[in-house]
Amino acid sequence: MDEFPYLSVLTLLPLAGAVVVALLPRSRPELSKVVALVWSLAVLALTVVAWIAFDPNGERFQFRESYDWIPAWGVNFTFEVDGIALVMLALIAVLVPVVILASWHDADGGRRSVPTFFALLLALECTMIGVFAAGDVFLFYVFFEAMLVPMYFLIGSYGGARRQYAAVKFFLYSLFGGLLMLAAVIGLWVVSAEELGQGTFDWQTLASLNIDDTVGRWLFLGFFIAFAIKAPFFPFHTWLPDAGGAAPAGTAALLVGVLDKVGTFGILRYCLPLFPEASDYFAPLALTLALIGVLYGALLAVGQNDLKRLVAYTSIAHFGFIGIGIFAFTTQAGTGAVLYMVNHGLATGLLFLVVGMLVTRRGSALISDFGGAGKLVPLLSGVFFIAGLASLALPGTNAFVSEFLVLLGTFDVNRPVAVLATLGIVLAAGYVLWMYQRAMQGRLNPALEKAEGMKRDMSRREMVVVAPLVALILLLGVYPKPVLDVINPAVEDTLSHIENLDQAPTAASGEE
Amino acid sequence: MSVNLAQETVSYAPAEGALSSFWLLIALPLVSAALLLLLGRRADRWGHFLGCLSVGVAFVLGLVYFFTLRGLEESSAELTLFSFMPVSELQVDVNLLYDPLSSVFVLLITGVGFLIHVYSIGYMAHDPGRRRFFAYLNLFVAAMLLLVLGGNYVMTFIGWEGVGLASYLLIAFWYDRPAAATAGKKAFLMNRVGDVGFLLAIFLMFATLGSVDFEDVFNGVPTLSEGTVLAIGLLLLLGACGKSGQFPLQAWLPDAMEGPTPVSALIHAATMVTAGVYLIARSHEIFSANETAQTVVVSVGAITLLIGCIIGCAKDDIKRVLAYSTVSQIGYMFLAVGLGGAAYALGIMHLLTHGFFKAGLFLGAGSVMHGMNDQTNIRRFGGLFRYMPITAVTFGLGYLAIIGIPPLAGYFSKDPIIAAAFARHGWTGWLFGGIALLGAGLTAFYMTRLFVLTFLGPKRWTEDITHPHESPATMTVPMILLAIGSVASGFLLSLGLVDYLTPSLGPETEVEHGPLSHLTVTLLTVGVSVIGAALAYLLFRRGTALEEQPARSPLVRAARANLYADTFNETVFELPGRLLTRALVYFDNRGIDGLVNGLAAGIGGGSSRLRRLQTGFVRSYALTILSGALVVTAALMAVTFGS
Repeated sequence: MDEFPYLSVLTLLPLAGAVVVALLPRSRPELSKVVALVWSLAVLALTVVAWIAFDPNGERFQFRESYDWIPAWGVNFTFEVDGIALVMLALIAVLVPVVILASWHDADGGRRSVPTFFALLLALECTMIGVFAAGDVFLFYVFFEAMLVPMYFLIGSYGGARRQYAAVKFFLYSLFGGLLMLAAVIGLWVVSAEELGQGTFDWQTLASLNIDDTVGRWLFLGFFIAFAIKAPFFPFHTWLPDAGGAAPAGTAALLVGVLDKVGTFGILRYCLPLFPEASDYFAPLALTLALIGVLYGALLAVGQNDLKRLVAYTSIAHFGFIGIGIFAFTTQAGTGAVLYMVNHGLATGLLFLVVGMLVTRRGSALISDFGGAGKLVPLLSGVFFIAGLASLALPGTNAFVSEFLVLLGTFDVNRPVAVLATLGIVLAAGYVLWMYQRAMQGRLNPALEKAEGMKRDMSRREMVVVAPLVALILLLGVYPKPVLDVINPAVEDTLSHIENLDQAPTAASGEE
Repeated sequence: MSVNLAQETVSYAPAEGALSSFWLLIALPLVSAALLLLLGRRADRWGHFLGCLSVGVAFVLGLVYFFTLRGLEESSAELTLFSFMPVSELQVDVNLLYDPLSSVFVLLITGVGFLIHVYSIGYMAHDPGRRRFFAYLNLFVAAMLLLVLGGNYVMTFIGWEGVGLASYLLIAFWYDRPAAATAGKKAFLMNRVGDVGFLLAIFLMFATLGSVDFEDVFNGVPTLSEGTVLAIGLLLLLGACGKSGQFPLQAWLPDAMEGPTPVSALIHAATMVTAGVYLIARSHEIFSANETAQTVVVSVGAITLLIGCIIGCAKDDIKRVLAYSTVSQIGYMFLAVGLGGAAYALGIMHLLTHGFFKAGLFLGAGSVMHGMNDQTNIRRFGGLFRYMPITAVTFGLGYLAIIGIPPLAGYFSKDPIIAAAFARHGWTGWLFGGIALLGAGLTAFYMTRLFVLTFLGPKRWTEDITHPHESPATMTVPMILLAIGSVASGFLLSLGLVDYLTPSLGPETEVEHGPLSHLTVTLLTVGVSVIGAALAYLLFRRGTALEEQPARSPLVRAARANLYADTFNETVFELPGRLLTRALVYFDNRGIDGLVNGLAAGIGGGSSRLRRLQTGFVRSYALTILSGALVVTAALMAVTFGS
């Protein structure tokens, strides 16, 4: 291995940071914050180097490392990334330092340990990087479950009202999905043992197996339900508004921005290539659930009174778009779906963080406790508006490109779904502008004016938090090509497993 | 495929020389907008000058490019800046096109836009948000220029939504007023309904032709089935109706008058609302290829022009009368571009003259409001001619232009449209021609009512006004220049515009003759207009009641209620939407979540144990994971040793 072991270092680096920060004395809270921030910036720097070293025109999987773990069962520490995983790693690397800086005072108050909070954030980063970088199905499963632990404590110990209820609900839902996936993982191993004589968890080997249709469908369901809960798709979504509403804002940004993407990523990486026949068989069901998610999530977002829950419901609509893009099985829709995963992480991450800043100031997340806030905090409301525009996929923001690609690619093969999903853009404008009007416009709420926190607009620290996200939202809205070029080959390779590569459109039209 | 052979293929020449820098047209106002927003209060003192300067320079550049293009043989210049969305067969570039059609729009947008920027210096002088206002105005100009300079449908769409955003920001500029915030939201939402149509049209183009570039789409039209062409046309029309306030998406435009008056002049009269006309004219290869699509466009135009006129007669708010007048005049433009052939150019010509006189009328209305403590009710004006002579004269010239009195601008642009409508084959010619003629009479009626009640007759002012004043020079000079345009633009454009636009809009330049000669139509139109104007003068020269009187006829009641368009939208879309949302929220909390919680309680053996779970025995979860891991291990061992 003459190459630098990017992926194992990237995974272990934040874990080491977590240990160091956790060992810092509770009496030095500021030190732990600084160490955690610097550590996460180091991870970002290494990720940038990895991004540069990655060759978009090369092999699909790069930076492969493999170490023995449990040889008797064919379990290895295998890491490798393709373009899809790489952009997710980049998203994590950008979001974690931003979230650490945004959460600067979230653990203050002395009730709970500050170093533990930041150690948990770094531990979470380790498991998130691991889950995307895993090249071994068992390793993926381990990280998939391990991710729950830091998130559970972040919500349950540092969250707002109803944090215990939300944390347990999140945990039980995920655990249920995880157990189903575990059964499927074992099943997959059994299949490989039967076919190859020696069981394996290596993704590349498993992807070349010929799995019996019936077995494939059962295994598909095991993975799919786990991922559909994680993403979440309708009707497995009710844990998300509770978790998103109760989690500290920064944690919610990571939860919805990255953690949930493991669901959609998992479908692309595990369901489609390992079980192409089953994916095709269940595609109509998945498309229907995703389409319901688009419209249902948006309508519910319109009906929310709590800012954080509202943002959580908008994400259910956005996950619907991603699901449609994945199961349309066209290059444009698939590439759009992956780009959507990144863009949604940035846009909704920003939205959660800005909402967090508002909630901290007001001491309430209820929209009715705001009203006319634009007069008091013009800068904050301006950033809130930009995040909202990205959420409704206005051209010029990154989300437009991904939503456009998903819908265009879907229209090519499934017009009813695409047409109905396109109606979602009207609903998106509705929930964003309605939320903005209720919170920021109109007459100034007298109680709001008296709130001490609302007397300060954004601080220097908060500006540093939002600046990189706003910049990326606009930059990727104008020039998404570098990211598209990284994603596209991996998506094309994924779809080649389905043997359903989109035909040339002139041939597909069949007109004249 | 004989049609295909007869049809000339569309191809655009690459931009060279001076024209290779025409992207600056968009960049200048965009950079200015960004600076004004980013610098914040630091730019308060000079921000408005930068705003004016960027648009002024863009206008000068627009003139340079205009004359450069006239000297070229190809009469088009295409510029590809960089690759935007490359995903296998889909290749969308940041691609701009400068041709005769876009060149006249550039001059309209930057020229009229510059005058309105200057006017705003005075109009917004006392508003603490003036810098922000200029930032939004510049943002609008940049987006509008992208809309008309886009070289493929995606670029046009980006400009399209960009102007929607700018329009939202400007309508809701005084965002602490609930009515303004609501009007902005309404405009954005109704526009988005139209945008769904535009988007689906783009998807359909890609699905059938594999491209969204103008060249490929236009050249590919003959290869498409009739149904596909019709579908693309109608979807584009839906987009056009949203942006241009045409039936059935017209209800947002009058509400948009909640924004500052310069916004109404620039966006909701002269430029943005004409984007629908631009889109149809730009896509004339598509519309000309399908007669049904054309008939629908003509019908939309005819219905809308009547709706606008009828409501315009019943409104008392000076800006709302002008807003419905805009709705109706754009109806004329839709009528023209729907007729197709030579009438495309007539639609564009009316669009340009309308840009002058309607912007002038709005600025005049703003000047009246400026001098009358922001009063907008024409029942409370009267006799202002003496106090605001410049406003009255410039407004009067715009008024004479819009009702089509020769030789002012409206006469040269509206008259040929009415003639072309009569020339449509069969009974439809009589129908659409008749509607257009009736519209001319109604226009003369409500515009005369507006002018007489505002500037002539007895004073009916509210008590707080003692001495209304004329506006400062930054406001009157733009009004004077626009008034000159209202007088002269029609004649000047009639000399060469139609020929100039030929490379963009196709070779037909002669409108066929219908059953009526052009002279007959002209006489009829002028006659009807004079009758309408005389009637209004006789009715209103002595003023009117200070309060709205109860309406006797159902038509007046309907007109005052905007022909029940808002009521319709509320009962058919809003109310069910609200009920559905509420029902779904209930369903989500009680139905799905209730089911899950109930299930969990059942498995956990009663709700008391669940509550204990929820209060948090972390160890029990750790145990659960552990048991999960044990299951794996056991299974793996079983398989390993079993085989």
